[in-house]
Order: sequence, then C-alpha cells, then structure tokens
Amino acid sequence: MAMENPATSQIPVAGGAATLGSVAKNSESLSATRKKPLEIALFWIFALCAAVTVFTTFGIIAVLVTESAPFFREVSLARFFGEKEWAPLFNPPHYGIFSLVCGTFLVAAGAAMFSLPMGLLAAIYLSEYASPRARNIMKPVLELLAGVPTVVYGYFALLFITPLLQNVLESMTPTLQRVTGNPNLFPTIEVFNALSASIAIAIMTLPLVASLCEDSLRVVPRALREGAYALGATKMEVSLKVVVPAALSGIMASFILAVSRAVGETMIVALAAGASPKITLNPLESIQTMTGYIVQVSMGDVPHGSIGYQTIFAVGLVLFCITVMMNLASISLVKKYRHKYD
Amino acid sequence: MATAPAPLPDSPSPVPPKYQPLASSSAHLRRRKLASTLFYLLCFSVTLLSFFLLAWIMSGIFKQGIPYLNQQFLTSFPSRFAEQAGIKSALYGSVYVLCVTAVFAIPVGIGAAIFLQEYAGDNRFARFVQVNIANLAGVPSIVYGILGLALFVRALGFERSVLSGGLTLGLLVLPIIIIATQEALRGVPNSLRHGSYALGASKWQTIRRQVLPIAMPGILTGIILSISRAMGETAPLIMMGALTYVAFVPRGLRDGFTTLPIQVFNWTSRPQVEFQAIAAAGIIVLMTVLLSLNALAIFLRYRSNSRL
Repeated sequence: MAMENPATSQIPVAGGAATLGSVAKNSESLSATRKKPLEIALFWIFALCAAVTVFTTFGIIAVLVTESAPFFREVSLARFFGEKEWAPLFNPPHYGIFSLVCGTFLVAAGAAMFSLPMGLLAAIYLSEYASPRARNIMKPVLELLAGVPTVVYGYFALLFITPLLQNVLESMTPTLQRVTGNPNLFPTIEVFNALSASIAIAIMTLPLVASLCEDSLRVVPRALREGAYALGATKMEVSLKVVVPAALSGIMASFILAVSRAVGETMIVALAAGASPKITLNPLESIQTMTGYIVQVSMGDVPHGSIGYQTIFAVGLVLFCITVMMNLASISLVKKYRHKYD
Repeated sequence: MATAPAPLPDSPSPVPPKYQPLASSSAHLRRRKLASTLFYLLCFSVTLLSFFLLAWIMSGIFKQGIPYLNQQFLTSFPSRFAEQAGIKSALYGSVYVLCVTAVFAIPVGIGAAIFLQEYAGDNRFARFVQVNIANLAGVPSIVYGILGLALFVRALGFERSVLSGGLTLGLLVLPIIIIATQEALRGVPNSLRHGSYALGASKWQTIRRQVLPIAMPGILTGIILSISRAMGETAPLIMMGALTYVAFVPRGLRDGFTTLPIQVFNWTSRPQVEFQAIAAAGIIVLMTVLLSLNALAIFLRYRSNSRL
C-alpha cells in the first residue's frame, strides 16, 4: 500500500531516457548513497541474533566441560567407562556410566521398536494412500499428539500403561506357563519399568517419525511411481520397493532423530522408568537413564560442589555427545537426500 | 525392517511368471493384489491408532481429573492436603515465565532467521550456523537446563528466578522459531523482493514492508508452537531448581516460581492416589491451553497453505 505512491512517481524516471546500462549504474550509485546507518546497524543486530545460537552451543560445551572437569580429575576415565555399577552417592562410590547408558538405550530401543515401523507405515499411508481430505484430518491429529507435553506422557505411562501391562501379564501367565512347561513361572513387572516408559516415548515420537518420513516420501518424483505402475506393480510394491528405497536416506534421518529424541527424553523416564541403574536387557525391570539420573540428583539435596553433584555434569556431557552425534548424522543424511532430487 | 526391499508377496516357483500357465499367473496376481490391500489396511489402521491413542490419553485423564477441577482448584495455592490444593501459583508462574521467554526468543529468533535468509547468503559461516541450529533443535531439553543452571542461575547471579527460567526456555525454543521463520521467509517469492528493490526500496524497507507481512502467518505459527512447547517443558526448569512448593505469586523477575508442568510432575510423583488425581486435573488445564494453542497454529498453517 505505502509503496504505491513512490512507485508511480518513479516509473517515468526509469522508463525515460535511461538505457539499460545507465539504469544499472544509477542503481549502483543509489545503493551506495542509500546505505544508511540504520541499514548497517540492522545487519549487525540480525547477525548478533544469529550468533546467539552459536553462543548457546559454545555455552553448553563450555559449561559441561568446565563443570565436569573436577569430577574427571577425581574419577579416571577408566573407572568412568570401565566400572559396571553406578552408585556415586554410596560408600564406596561406583562411577560406571555404562549402566546408565545401558538403561537409556534399553528404553530408547524399546521405543524405537514401536515408533519407527509404525511411524513409517503411517507416513506411507499419508503420502501414498490418503485422499487429500483424509490427510487433512489425520495430519492435524498427529500434530496434536506431538503437542502433548512430556510430563503428561509420564503421568500416562505411570498410571495407565504400567497397570495395563500388569493386567496383560497377569492374564498371560497361565498361557506362558503352559507354553514353557514351567508351572512356577510368574513373570512380574515392577511398578517402575523400562517398558512402559518405552511405550510412552514411542507414542511421543510416533508423530515425529510419521511427519518427517512423510516429507521424505512426498519428495520422491512422481515419475518413479508411474514407471513402476506401468511395469504392473501393485500399490504395495510401488510403496515398499520404489518409494521407500528412493527416500531411504530421508527416512533414516528421521529414524535417527527419533532415537536421539528418545535418548534425551527426561520426564517420562523420570516418572515411569525408576531409579535403579543397572545393566539389564529385561524391560520389565526398573532401570535408570542418564536423564533420569540428572533429574534425581538435581531434585535431591546433594550439596553443590561435592563430587556427587558434579556427576550430573559428567553424565550431561555424555548425553550431549551421544545426542549431538546422532543429530549430526541425521542432518548430513537429510542434506544428502535433499541433493538427490533437486 | 519395512525399509529393506520386501520379498515379493509370493514366489512359489523359480520359473518366471511368464512361462507359467495362465491360471497360476492370475492366482499369483490375485495374491499380490490381496497383499497390497492388506498392506493398505495395515497402514491405515496404524494411522488410525494415533486417533485412539489421543482419545485414550484424553479420556483417561479426564475421568481422573474432572471431579477435582473446580474454581477452588484454580484459585488456591498448593497444599499438603489434596482437596485444598490448587494451581494458582503454577498458573501465574507459567504466565510470568512464558512472558520472559516470548520477549527474549521472538525478536531474537526472527532476527536470526532474517539474517540467515535475507542477509547471509551461502557462505561458510551461514552454513555453520544453519547446522548448529538444526543440532540445537535436537539437544535434549535437560541439557538446556544444565546451561541455564550454570549460566543464568549461577554465573549471572539471577538465582532461581522467573528471569532465569524464562531465558532458559527462550534458548530452548529459539531453534523452533528460527526454523519456522526461515521456512516462512523462504516461501516469499523473490519477484516481490526484486520488485521492491526496483522501486528504490532499501533492503530493510523491502523486508519490513514486503517480505515480513507475507511471511507473517508462517512466523506466527512458529511462535505459537514454540510458546506451547515452552509451556509444556518441565525438565530444564526442574534442572535449574525451580521450586516445586511455591505458595506465593511471583511479583517480579527475581522471584521464585513454579509452573504448571512442574506442579503436575510433583503431584504425579507422590504415591497418594488423591494427589495423582489432582495431577490429572492440572493436566486438563495444561492440555486445554496447549491443545488450543496447537490447534490455532495448525489452523493458521492450513489456512495460509490453502491461500498460497
């Protein structure tokens, strides 16, 4: 609107005597004189805004490294990575990070087992099968599911999923006893267990996987699908043998990102997974993840500056490294994929 | 699993189909078509499952929390007795913290996006910042809590205050705002910028009068989503030591606070059933606000999509 006036007044000037060359020259000198202080100041203000994100990353690294340095002076890396137990507040203390890492990946792998295939199937439906109308209904629902805060999923895992699992396991016990031939088999599920946290995280990451996979599937050129149909392939064959392989790097990127999200998830595991760090593959037991440990210590009354308190920075550093590696892998896969069909 | 090329639904004999008698080949085709239909049903039901999950979560929580949801719950402070406890301080705390978050993150986020999209071009620094932002978007929220604890609470001496909490959440949602704004700016056709320059407008005039108004719906969507993300975030605030028992309303930026999700977490982790029920009531309040925010964002996005 505001542009209309100067626009009409300038047209005769530009369209008048000037040749193409002199217009270009003119605008050059114009832009040179027009570089007002405001323009320059704004450039630097915006650059500073962008730099805030860089400072954030460096800030995180600096804090984690400097705050965990006293811890690593006390506890050797060999102990940190070698010991099998994690009990920094006990006497004698144990500092084996592996049992926290193991708990973290038990939960994350359990979540991935549900969320990755289901997310991909949902993405295939949305991208290959759904009518525009169905898509317009389904996608918002997935987005709403993605908007549920993690503390709500934690509540849900503890008070809905765990009791449900207990009921299911109870009703399955006779069958299990018959199948295994062991009448004394009573599988139990603890109140805090890795499985219900896994399921809640799976529900949480499902929309992420579905929407990122769908984005990758939709980029696959239509010609590939048409070619496969022309060769007589069914819709499933087109989806699974043409579209999915063509979008594989994008799909992988979304899978890695989902696992990274599961590794970093905090409130669900803090509420539902328990607080007993151990090396186990049994999802029915109580475990502890890296994030769960950090929350437990920061809520407790461990004195600042003690080695017990410094552990949270050491654990945070490990957590940060793991997730950054995953994120970077995912980012580079996405980049590779973007170049493929550009 | 599903990503690997699946075997043909059926390959009964090593003889290629074209040498087989017609009847068997049509049986083969029928089986392939059946498999395809079954696959469709599988995909569809998995997608439908998300409906049921949302419905299951909501109905379960509603059943638990509705009896406790009344005016007294909204206007009372937390208490040792479940029936007297309320979320007044948590509501105020959430609003205060979110105000700080918004005031910090919205201008900085939009500014960073403008820099990357309109000024920076494609040089090494811009690419580095871009990867950095994508990575920050995936850093666990609790790590931001560690940063907030060391930087705002201790180094800058803001204590465990509204200011610290708001700034921490601001850093957390910054990547979301930047990515959404960049996307919106990218959607503005270059011809508009060129037209504006051709009429003699400066860079900032072009951005302010041409680019930003068109990108506004997308930017707004990003802002709403980031605010709703910040509102539901618990871990970083717990990490930096937001108090869980707060029986006062914060009066300023330097006051202690609690927020709705922290209150919910606190009540959920208690063993008593009554507290878990008022946690559900708290969740209903939280989810009502969040889902309306998200629905608004989704609506805005779909409207602007259908307009372009």
